[in-house]
Amino acid sequence: MLHLVVCIKQVPDSREIRIDPKNNTLIRQGVPSIVNFYDLHGLEEALRIKDEQGARVTVVTMGPPPAEKSLKECISLGADEAVLVTDRGFAGADTLATSYVVASTISKIAETWGPVDMVFCGKQTLDGDTGQVGPGVACRLDLEQLTYVTKVVKVDEEQRRVTVHRHLEDGIEVVETSMPLLITALKELNKVRRASLPGMIRAARYKPTVWTTADFPDLDKAQIGLKGSPTIVAKTWVPEIRSINGERIEGENEQSTAEQLIAKLWEGELPTRMGWTG
Amino acid sequence: MAEEQVEAEDIMPDWSAFRGVLIVVEQRDGIAKQVSWQLLGEGKKLANKLETKLMALVIGHEVEHLAQEAISYGADEVYLCDAAELKTYRTRPYSRVCLKMIHEFKPEIVLFGATATGRDLAGAIATHLPTGLTADTTQLDVEEHPSRLLLASRPAFSEKMMATILCKQYRPQMATARAGVFQALPRDTTRQAPIKRIDNEMREEEIATRVMDFIRETGTINLEEVEVIVAGGRGLGGAEPFKMLQELADALGGVVGASRAAVDAGWIGHDHQVGQTGQTVRPRLYFAIGISGAVQHTVGMSSSDVIVAINKDENAPIFQFAHYGIVGDLFKIVPAITEAVKSKRGLFASVGGQAHE
Ligand SMILES: Cc1cc2nc3c(=O)[nH]c(=O)nc-3n(C[C@H](O)[C@H](O)[C@H](O)COP(=O)(O)OP(=O)(O)OC[C@H]3O[C@@H](n4cnc5c(N)ncnc54)[C@H](O)[C@@H]3O)c2cc1C
Ligand SMILES: Nc1ncnc2c1ncn2[C@@H]1O[C@H](COP(=O)(O)O)[C@@H](O)[C@H]1O
Repeated sequence: MLHLVVCIKQVPDSREIRIDPKNNTLIRQGVPSIVNFYDLHGLEEALRIKDEQGARVTVVTMGPPPAEKSLKECISLGADEAVLVTDRGFAGADTLATSYVVASTISKIAETWGPVDMVFCGKQTLDGDTGQVGPGVACRLDLEQLTYVTKVVKVDEEQRRVTVHRHLEDGIEVVETSMPLLITALKELNKVRRASLPGMIRAARYKPTVWTTADFPDLDKAQIGLKGSPTIVAKTWVPEIRSINGERIEGENEQSTAEQLIAKLWEGELPTRMGWTG
Repeated sequence: MAEEQVEAEDIMPDWSAFRGVLIVVEQRDGIAKQVSWQLLGEGKKLANKLETKLMALVIGHEVEHLAQEAISYGADEVYLCDAAELKTYRTRPYSRVCLKMIHEFKPEIVLFGATATGRDLAGAIATHLPTGLTADTTQLDVEEHPSRLLLASRPAFSEKMMATILCKQYRPQMATARAGVFQALPRDTTRQAPIKRIDNEMREEEIATRVMDFIRETGTINLEEVEVIVAGGRGLGGAEPFKMLQELADALGGVVGASRAAVDAGWIGHDHQVGQTGQTVRPRLYFAIGISGAVQHTVGMSSSDVIVAINKDENAPIFQFAHYGIVGDLFKIVPAITEAVKSKRGLFASVGGQAHE
């Protein structure tokens, strides 16, 4: 049976974050925590494959203990097992340190529940917003990497080949590769299901497996958390959008207004740069 | 990104072996992405400030002409890896070439376009090296010698804030950068520079991934690369008036954009949306028509070279961003502008009102 692992992250709903105009700081209070929505599309795809051809689905997150709530949500949707890797030492991780811990956890998941065939990540997170953890995990586990996937066309268990559609800026790429592989999900990939009643009951009773650094004897402490993160945030600021308050154009009627505007536009270098005639 | 600054570890290792700013050029079918030339333009500024060279890496099949193009756009040295196996982008063979080049020629800064391909590649390479990688930057600067630090700034928290990110303990320093933000240098075909060839080491049998097909999307547009955008908002009141905007766009050789209100109403597709949850654009000319100027819209368009706002409400915030503001009814003003453009350009309206060259 296929073993599918889904990487999720519990994130503050950054769409709800406001800036305090007095001191330019983020107001995080009262901002709800949610499962990063791209990750739910990754989970949905794993569950779809499970429904169609049978698979074991394991969900994993690296985060603080309250992230258990998100894992339970995934269980309610139909995941088989959920793993929380949590440790104070993981705090402050950038994408490099995060992918190290997530990849180490997936290796341990494979030891515990059997080899992993496919890993699903979201396109990016709402808070980190980099899309780098997926490629990082793929690289560390030496998986084939298929990013920006909008459709899983075929999962051929026997040939161990998978065909997907990748969404690029200029079109759709149809690409085929071998398992084991990692997919990063776009929201077009599928429509996320609702939890079933049995799912909710199972989730209510379910206790995720919790691992800490103590469960990883070989983990290199220099590569985790803030210490293992090459990038540091030097400063943050609220961008001042330049306010121009340009010229008002006002003719006697629409025609003269329009002509005045065109005359202004034609004054600059615009027409030559654009190759406009006239 | 890590959340706090580490002060104690500010002692810098000796990075003198790492010099130069490298731009990884992205192409499809031998046509480069504009963002690559834009990054060469920005990379030149950084290289000048560091008193070092600007390098370009061109990977593909039958892409020698792009090596020459990279020189025309400012590269002082071009590295070229041209092989049949590299015809279409695939993570493993492309990252192998990049890693080889980086190991051998040791640039101190490596920049990629923040495109699907650029992000895919950069994410793999940064982990392999390993080094720090800043995603989706919109501002780049460097500290002068001796620190030579890349100051990579990017929007954070749904564009509400900007963050400057540093990578002090690793080289090269890497970032992906958004399309349409930086400016390419004027193309100078008289420039000359050395082109160094790099061998491709991966054979086809070693590559698991096959690209079976590519379906080019003609319907969708990439507003980030467009020079004139005529954008409409809720003030248009429906899908029909967007045709009027299309006519003006046609007359100027541009495309139609929209506010989220217009997209949410279903008057136009999401790929036309400008702003925080749409595209960030920087055209030479931007028309905001029947758009109030909410911050979520203006973050996506305020760096346009010339902005024209048309709104019946003289207190609409959009006027603060406009170089030229017209207070009045868009339904009367827009057709008048289209006519004025056509007569200025000597274009004559055909039956459908479409402009023809
Ligand atoms: C998390 C989040 C993300 C968002 N992301 C985006 C985004 O990416 N892009 C975006 O655009 N918005 C975004 N928004 C929405 C944004 O806040 C505004 O609601 C939206 O931009 C308003 O669109 P509008 O200017 O078209 O509509 P309105 O604010 O309703 O403005 C319509 C304007 O048309 C003018 N008007 C009406 N009739 C006429 C007429 N006949 N002639 C001339 N003028 C006329 C009115 O005076 C008015 O100023 C986002 C909001 C949130 C909360
Ligand atoms: N702490 C984490 N634990 C598990 N998965 C994560 C974590 N952070 C990121 N991911 C996965 O990596 C994807 C990309 O994240 P990011 O690079 O932060 O944009 C997310 O959508 C998740 O699938």
